[in-house]
Amino acid sequence: MRPAAHTGQIAALAGFAGLLIAIPFLAPNAYFLDIATKTWINAIVCVGLNLLVGYAGQISLGHAAFFALGGYASAILGVRFNVPPVLAMLCGGCLVALLAYVIGRTMLHLRGHYLAMATLGFGAIVAIILNRELALTGGPDGMAVGPFQIAGYALPNAMSGYVLSAVGLLVAVRMAITLINSRAGRALRAINDSEIAAATLGIEVARFKVKVFVISAVFASVAGSIFAHADRFITPIEANFLRSVEFVAMVVIGGLGSVTGAIIGAIIFTILPQVFAHFEELRHFFTGALLIGIMAFMPQGVAPTLIALWCQRIAPRIFTNKADYAAP
Amino acid sequence: MPIMKNVAGFICAVLVASFATASLAQEPIKVGAFLSITGGASFLGDPQAKTLKLYVDKINASGGVLGRKLQLITYDSQGDARQAVTFVRRLIEDDKVDFIIGGSTTGETMAVVPMVESAGLPFFSMAGASVVVEPPKKWVFKTPGSDRMAVDRIFGDMAKRGLKNVGLIAGSGGFDQSCRAEAKGLTGRHGITLVADETYAPTDTDMTPQFTRINGAKAQAILSCGFGAATVITVRNYKQLGLSAPFYFTHGVASQQFVDGSGGAAEGVRVTVSAILVADDLPADDKQRDVVMSYAKEYKAAFNERPSAFGGFAYDALQMTIAAIKRAGAMDKAKVRDEIEKTKDFVGIDGVFNLSAADHMGLTAEAFKLTEIKGGEWKLLQ
Amino acid sequence: MSDLAQFLFSGLTRGSIYGLVGIGFALIYRSSHVINFAQGEFVMVGGMATVFLLAAGLPLPVAALGAIIVATLIGIAVQVLVIQRMRKPSTLSIIIVTVGVSMLLRGGAEALLGRQFFSMKGFSGDAPIPFLGAKLTPQSLWIFAGLILTTVAMSLFFRRTMLGKSILATSSNRLAARLVGIDVSLVLAICFALSAALGALAGLLTTPVTLTQYDVGIALGMKGFCAAILGGLTNPFGAVVGGLILGFAEALSGGYISSAYQDAVAFILIIGMLLVRPNGLFAGPAADRV
Repeated sequence: MRPAAHTGQIAALAGFAGLLIAIPFLAPNAYFLDIATKTWINAIVCVGLNLLVGYAGQISLGHAAFFALGGYASAILGVRFNVPPVLAMLCGGCLVALLAYVIGRTMLHLRGHYLAMATLGFGAIVAIILNRELALTGGPDGMAVGPFQIAGYALPNAMSGYVLSAVGLLVAVRMAITLINSRAGRALRAINDSEIAAATLGIEVARFKVKVFVISAVFASVAGSIFAHADRFITPIEANFLRSVEFVAMVVIGGLGSVTGAIIGAIIFTILPQVFAHFEELRHFFTGALLIGIMAFMPQGVAPTLIALWCQRIAPRIFTNKADYAAP
Repeated sequence: MPIMKNVAGFICAVLVASFATASLAQEPIKVGAFLSITGGASFLGDPQAKTLKLYVDKINASGGVLGRKLQLITYDSQGDARQAVTFVRRLIEDDKVDFIIGGSTTGETMAVVPMVESAGLPFFSMAGASVVVEPPKKWVFKTPGSDRMAVDRIFGDMAKRGLKNVGLIAGSGGFDQSCRAEAKGLTGRHGITLVADETYAPTDTDMTPQFTRINGAKAQAILSCGFGAATVITVRNYKQLGLSAPFYFTHGVASQQFVDGSGGAAEGVRVTVSAILVADDLPADDKQRDVVMSYAKEYKAAFNERPSAFGGFAYDALQMTIAAIKRAGAMDKAKVRDEIEKTKDFVGIDGVFNLSAADHMGLTAEAFKLTEIKGGEWKLLQ
Repeated sequence: MSDLAQFLFSGLTRGSIYGLVGIGFALIYRSSHVINFAQGEFVMVGGMATVFLLAAGLPLPVAALGAIIVATLIGIAVQVLVIQRMRKPSTLSIIIVTVGVSMLLRGGAEALLGRQFFSMKGFSGDAPIPFLGAKLTPQSLWIFAGLILTTVAMSLFFRRTMLGKSILATSSNRLAARLVGIDVSLVLAICFALSAALGALAGLLTTPVTLTQYDVGIALGMKGFCAAILGGLTNPFGAVVGGLILGFAEALSGGYISSAYQDAVAFILIIGMLLVRPNGLFAGPAADRV
């Protein structure tokens, strides 16, 4: 009746899990493992953001705020109140869910640029609060975060961050797939196509929009908590507008409306600055040029374009049986 | 014939051995750097990066250290702790550097301290806050005089002039807020009362409301904790409003850009600076005079900009580490660290350094010179 | 009383700066429904180019004109080479592309001109002018005058000239505009050029107050954007009023309440505005095709 996931999706997920397990063995040193960790953390945010932006067709230019709030919840509850990490992460998620619910209820009737601005404003305010409240958040210089422990047991540092982020990503992808294949997922796609038409079909548009907004915010919050434990430090820059734009860019460039696309976008954007690290003055120039280039030549995003390329041009050449086309 | 084989074998062995030692000697000492070259703290990181590059090249040109060249690997962490952590991990794990100079901002420095401590390699931070070395961490050192010392100097001067009611204005960045926190902590020691405590965002274009409030609170003197372009705006606003309360800045504005940018509005402002800005005024027997003047000359010749104290932080870090390596006789991380800790009477740009196990900064308040801006120049006050 | 006057003047100065930057946003949005996240960089180009041309020895009016021309050419290039080439421009993809353009321009300025900040002398000196118990800088008056002149000029442009009317027609219905013989791509390019020129003008007027640096466009662009939203994105005149409201709100809250959260004022205002009157103060109710 309601397939939680198609066979192909399960296979892809299993394959991806295999890749995630293989990486620690393939990574030459802890730096590469760290990059992978950061990539998967970004991917968790992107998978959630993709549900909001790609499937439901909304915009959020303030998602970094949820990310930062999750991270700071882990930091503050852990360091100042001695709350165990798992509980702190859950509390962070709940707080963020509540905040996202309120924000969603008040803002999601806005469309297009107006919604972009409203979410931008919200994100900016959160960033400012995190920056100013020195006593609570450590102010602009940030604060240290304890290690992630379950019942006092923790993995060595770089592995701990990686395992957390990999597990988090697998869970996130599974949840996303379940949502997409469900009735709610179809409702979201209907809303994306046309809100009015969806409403006439009896879909409670506002309720679904808020629901997906909250879900994507919680994804970001959990990712933020994982990040805080992985780096053992957090600063208000994590709530920055530029970070929010980065997340949106990852989703758009990877391919809207595609979980794979969200992950690919995260990979591109996390690896790129490392590749460009030695370019000195021309780094920003090249990054900007790349953004423009991809949007101009692959407007659907990298994943859909490459998949289309494969399906339409390359696969037919490989898999066609020429004998089928022999003259009669 | 057997003897020919032996001779041939011997010659081969000698050749191999000499190549081996030659290539070992060629292997460079790797210097890792992560600096805020772009972003909000580029005022700090940009001259630091330039300084490091200039002096690594110079040292290599004159033969390197212990017969080995230096290889500088620099990353731009953009004032962002997350980037700092990633790049330091890269420096330690992937580039396998021998020591690290970096952390233009306190946030970036504190974020990487755990990694450096567990990896065990010497790290010279260029951040201003006292927390970097208080309490001392085994592998972490720092070159800039702390903001506590600068504020202490300023409050001392204010108390001497009988200015007890002080207005404070600070930016919202880490440097500024750390200085502000120190200021609030030091009031008791000098009998100062803070009658106003104003903040501005680094991207603000007009601070006249803040100064109006400070004036309204009847401040007898004003302390500004800030750096970057916004400080020029603050000093201009101060002039615009025609305020008469003496205006003090900490070393965040210790660069010629501040004076030039203010276009005359900075006249009469008092600033705690490091020796480099008053090189010409230093008495002939001042220990720092020669070092500072030659740095200023070399920096200007290389980059066609006036040198700033911030670049000096990097100079001091590099030279102290090099000196420690030479004393240790080899690039052994633990030995070099021990030698750094034993640095005594090192004459640097930022001051004369005397480190110890309890003091990983090594400067006293003498490192800060109190100056007043007169005629567009920094005039040393005694 | 003199305190209030000072706060109001501070508000006027900032508000004029924000308004000048905001006009450019509103103009581009009005014509092509594009939010140009690179608008702040046009302001930066205006300021930086003027500083460098002045340093090269050119007199101020020539340097100013040169800077405006440079910015205009860049604006045209952005529209023709980038935006027009996009095959399926959606709100999001335009945002990403213009963010890319802003990074490109910032990176270019960084590489060519360095990372330090630069300042410029006020056009008629820096001696403060006392007025109503407060002190005003001459440059603030220049900025305000520039704002008024720009608003008047734009209003006349849109109402009286053929080109202005073509722009209005294009923004209203692109297909219909084509059908009556308007060269839509030319009109769009001109709008971008105009917006860039206005941004550059804002830059060179405000640099004596704000200073300029390769990344000054980020913050100024953000505030200008807020000003445009307050006034209703489609109305350039609204951007001016929005900017002034924003400036006054910041100055008064910083003066009377607390300076610690002053930069949050802009965002609180726009959220408030978006919840109450999403189309801004000056746009009429919007109609969507269903």
